[in-house]
Amino acid sequence: MDIALLRGRLVYQGLSLGLVAMLCSAALVIGNALTREAIRKAEADDLAATLAQVLPEGSADNDLLADPLKIGAGGTAVTVYRARKAGALTGAVFKMASRGYAGDIVVLMGVAPDGRLLGVRVVKHAETPGLGDKIEVAKSKWILAFTGKSLADPPAEQWAVKKDGGVFDQFAGATITPRAVVKAVKDGLEFFAAHREEILR
Amino acid sequence: MNTMKLFKDGLWENNVVFSQLLALCPVLAVTTSGTNGLGMGLASTVVLTLSNVIVALIRNFVSREVRIPIFIVVIATLVTLVDLSLNAWLHELHKVLGLFIALIVVNCAILGRAEAFASKSPVSASALDGLFMGLGLTLALTVIGLVRELFGNGTLFAQASLLLGPHFAFLETTVVPEFNGALLMILPPGGFLALGLLLAAKRVLDARLAAGSPAGAKLATQGA
Repeated sequence: MDIALLRGRLVYQGLSLGLVAMLCSAALVIGNALTREAIRKAEADDLAATLAQVLPEGSADNDLLADPLKIGAGGTAVTVYRARKAGALTGAVFKMASRGYAGDIVVLMGVAPDGRLLGVRVVKHAETPGLGDKIEVAKSKWILAFTGKSLADPPAEQWAVKKDGGVFDQFAGATITPRAVVKAVKDGLEFFAAHREEILR
Repeated sequence: MNTMKLFKDGLWENNVVFSQLLALCPVLAVTTSGTNGLGMGLASTVVLTLSNVIVALIRNFVSREVRIPIFIVVIATLVTLVDLSLNAWLHELHKVLGLFIALIVVNCAILGRAEAFASKSPVSASALDGLFMGLGLTLALTVIGLVRELFGNGTLFAQASLLLGPHFAFLETTVVPEFNGALLMILPPGGFLALGLLLAAKRVLDARLAAGSPAGAKLATQGA
């Protein structure tokens, strides 16, 4: 039958739409199957590389991703990755979030067994470009100031930006963002202190 | 359908952004810097070319009544496949572009070209149309991004090496060092301001060109 005639038929229209949807679904299934393994590996590599950023070089000889520990805190579970060297724990790495100027700011932090910060990085945020995004290590060295700090140093009341009487710099035109990062890091240290036994076990 | 006409149409006379005023969602959302604009433009170009080719291939089998859902399904599938492939095999690039790729689905310019051009034209012309329209979009996004970046941040193509690789680090220019900038240009209103000013500039330029050549006189009376 002539294709031009066929195109006017309701049955043909329904079937052709169904066929296209089916072919597209098939393409997606194949695409997903072909890329799944590569994406999983790339994401695992990403995570490993991110975790390594907040740990001093050479502080782990185990596979951090192999033995994650899930700890429930305030309704949401925090996954703690533990770095070991020759069997002894050298650091715990986990994510902590707090509300920034635009959405949640997620920081990844490495903490030594004695509660000192080994390193902090912001891994996700939606702060204003050019102002709040100085919390990214690619744009400013600000975040590196946390390294070596702990709950005792500086004392608890100085865990704040300078404007609030603390020790951490704020940015010109953006106070909410660094304030949120400082809070996230402090929350993280308190979380570590509260679950220290469990993590070090 | 000659190549030269398609080229001029896509990049200038019928430019997706500057003439058709389509695709304003990605235009205003991602053009906070030249690099972002360029990345979004290139990713859209790939999808636009592929979708035009596929739509032209199946154009004789598609009934008028169901053409829109069919085109949308094809475009959404393409975008997802491009997203998956980039994530799997060009992971570094995907980390920079990841957010933008899903946004391509809502780029009405792609459905617009499928409907207005590819569904009525042979495959080769459709492929060229997709490519040139895509390049026109890339040009527009990059220029708007550069204008906003320059006034908002005092830089040009900041972090281009993240997108294009370390060889393109030379593109990264700081025009005004330690410039705190007009934040407004980076925020959403800046997108409207930059777009409006550039549209006005293009019309002035078109009017000048039209006045200069007799063939363009007609164009000028149409309001270009």
